[in-house]
Amino acid sequence: MDFNLSEDHEILSNTLRRFLSDNTSVEGRNESAFDAPYHSPDLWMALCELGIAGAFVSEDQGGFGGSAQDIAVIFEELGGALCVEPALGTLMAARLLAEAGREDIVEQLIAGEARAALAVYEPELACALTPMATVAAEQGGGWVLTGRKSAIYGAPGARYLVVAAKTGAGIGLFLLEDPQIIAAAMADGGGIGELVLDNTPAERLSDIAGPELEQALDLGRIALCAEAVGAMSSLVDMTVDYLNQRKQFGKALSSFQALQHRVVDMQMELEQCRSILISAVAHYGTPEAPRHVSMAKNLVGRAGRKIAEDSIQLHGGIGMTWEYPGTHFAKRLVMIDHQLGDQSDHLMRIMSGTAA
Amino acid sequence: MDLEFSADELAFRVSVRAFLTENLPEDIAGKVRASKELTREDYLRWQAILNAQGWLAATWEQEYGGPGWNAVQRHIFAEECALSGAPRMPPFGLAMLGPVLIKYGTEEQKQTLLPRILEGTDWWCQGFSEPGAGSDLASLKARAERDGDDYIVNGQKTWTTLGQYANKIFCLVRTSATAKPQGGISFLLVDLDTPGVEMRPIRLIDGGHEVNEVFFTDARVPVSNLVGEENQGWAIAKYLLTHERTNIAGVGFSMMDMARYRKLAAGITRDGRPLAEHPVFAARAAEIETDLEALRITNLRMLAAAQGGSAGGMGSSILKLKGTQVRQEIQDLYRSALGPHAAPLASDLSENELSVPVEAARAAPAYFLNRKQSIFGGSNEIQRNIVAKEMFRE
Repeated sequence: MDFNLSEDHEILSNTLRRFLSDNTSVEGRNESAFDAPYHSPDLWMALCELGIAGAFVSEDQGGFGGSAQDIAVIFEELGGALCVEPALGTLMAARLLAEAGREDIVEQLIAGEARAALAVYEPELACALTPMATVAAEQGGGWVLTGRKSAIYGAPGARYLVVAAKTGAGIGLFLLEDPQIIAAAMADGGGIGELVLDNTPAERLSDIAGPELEQALDLGRIALCAEAVGAMSSLVDMTVDYLNQRKQFGKALSSFQALQHRVVDMQMELEQCRSILISAVAHYGTPEAPRHVSMAKNLVGRAGRKIAEDSIQLHGGIGMTWEYPGTHFAKRLVMIDHQLGDQSDHLMRIMSGTAA
Repeated sequence: MDLEFSADELAFRVSVRAFLTENLPEDIAGKVRASKELTREDYLRWQAILNAQGWLAATWEQEYGGPGWNAVQRHIFAEECALSGAPRMPPFGLAMLGPVLIKYGTEEQKQTLLPRILEGTDWWCQGFSEPGAGSDLASLKARAERDGDDYIVNGQKTWTTLGQYANKIFCLVRTSATAKPQGGISFLLVDLDTPGVEMRPIRLIDGGHEVNEVFFTDARVPVSNLVGEENQGWAIAKYLLTHERTNIAGVGFSMMDMARYRKLAAGITRDGRPLAEHPVFAARAAEIETDLEALRITNLRMLAAAQGGSAGGMGSSILKLKGTQVRQEIQDLYRSALGPHAAPLASDLSENELSVPVEAARAAPAYFLNRKQSIFGGSNEIQRNIVAKEMFRE
């Protein structure tokens, strides 16, 4: 038994942590996170030069990583620094483009020359892939798509969209270039898009891609859980620091047992999340993966809310202000539960046979 | 045992409902239901309607312009207002300063200031908390030093709610250094346009502007603006903070929010069925409604006890604790109900670009902002201290 990171992952983790600590701040993040393109293209380019997009894809598909552990290490560091760069959309799209043999595009993504995002969900589709309303039809030797896609993370500014749509055979994947999206900031910052398709011509990547799509989504869920673990760890540290430093009634808040116990509960939840993430990573690529990924996403959703709410409460008014960095970690933790299926969706998935 | 209101009380409720149906402007109620910020004009418009009816200052004695209601009537009125989507009127002038002036003010203060509160000529804000004095309010440092017929005020106040709409502020200031910090505090009224008074906005978690910081630098305030005796401020503040007990549980607001959730859950789908039929959400909603029903009865029990003159000290703390827990739980349920569609910032999208009903679009920011419920007005930790003190008293 060995729960230590490999030497390579240790180096990856330390390099990324040092880079993010030297080059980013929550204030800087917030300056770019709420206005188009909802991130910093310079920072994204620098992260790509460090190799993070390359680490999303395996060596035989043009990258230099691609394991679930690679993904977890990277996203934990991104979460710890509250990085708002569009890594999630790039990760899922790059996996599917690589599967479809589009190394030409994957190469651009790895180099940071272009970005891509994944359009799966719909106004009435939150986690499960059925019943999908967006349809693909053959027309004049090509394909056209009709429907509406929601919750496309990292869509603003993306040159490529991988779009899931119903075909005669199942769920297929299609490629849109320079898509017309409806762009918005997320409540916690970062870009999100909606896409209206009306006989929109698209290039076919694959007719039947259900299993590949679920795998890419599960990897995205692992990424979100790792991001949450990083953010939780930072937020617990910030809460401890604040309680040590803030004095009321003539003594530090950290000397009040009732408050200490709440921080202990936060730490306990964090440890549980670390463990369930390790389990999800270990099972990725096996038949048990969906169940373990859903367990991770469910637990992280519940614990994320608890840690966010407790940290705000323990900070008092300061935890409610925009100016305080911890506020934004708390918001991120709550909003992660809204991405790629929430705690209820994943509870249903754990209980249902399909995730067994 | 009788859980029902009396015939008179029910008749009163009918009259309140009829009044609200007739007079509550739909545009204002729409904003309240959609958790949108209200403008100063929105508040003043509704205030004028209530004032014309004589129902504005629910807790004031009739001779000062109050409606002369008992605790049950005040409760019914507050609950009906919440259920109808009426704005919660800022409490600072109406529910806080008004009763303080009636009890502690000079005749002149009553005659000049109370009508101005009713008419909306004065919008008061509160200057209690300081950066270093939150839960430990008695450690406040802002000071007022006597200089002839004036006080010279220096210091900083914070979390001043809707101060941007106000022209006046009531403050707790230190007028004497005593061994016991509570002993040297006075209650002082300050015009916000006094030279040396500066207000700055604080941006909150949802990006909105609801609270402010107020800085005092050698601000000269007439001694006649003192309320009560010098160094009597702590007693006045305690009176103010414990005075307004009706609606501390926010049962009406929670019932409105729960109805809003039910409507949403019936109209949106998850996994191909209405969210209302989703087992996880259905179970959670049922549990919350159970808590809310119990809270409604707890609230009525406390109300009956207050009516009978036997209100326990811990009652209002328990109502505040459970009331905020239930309200925050409903806010969480509502946000969760939207699934992926809670993520986009509604302000970035036009109505036809939203994937959710427009009144639900602000669910996530409203959830975040409502974390304040368990922090302000005496945090829930302080409420627990109050209850514990009473339960473990020697």
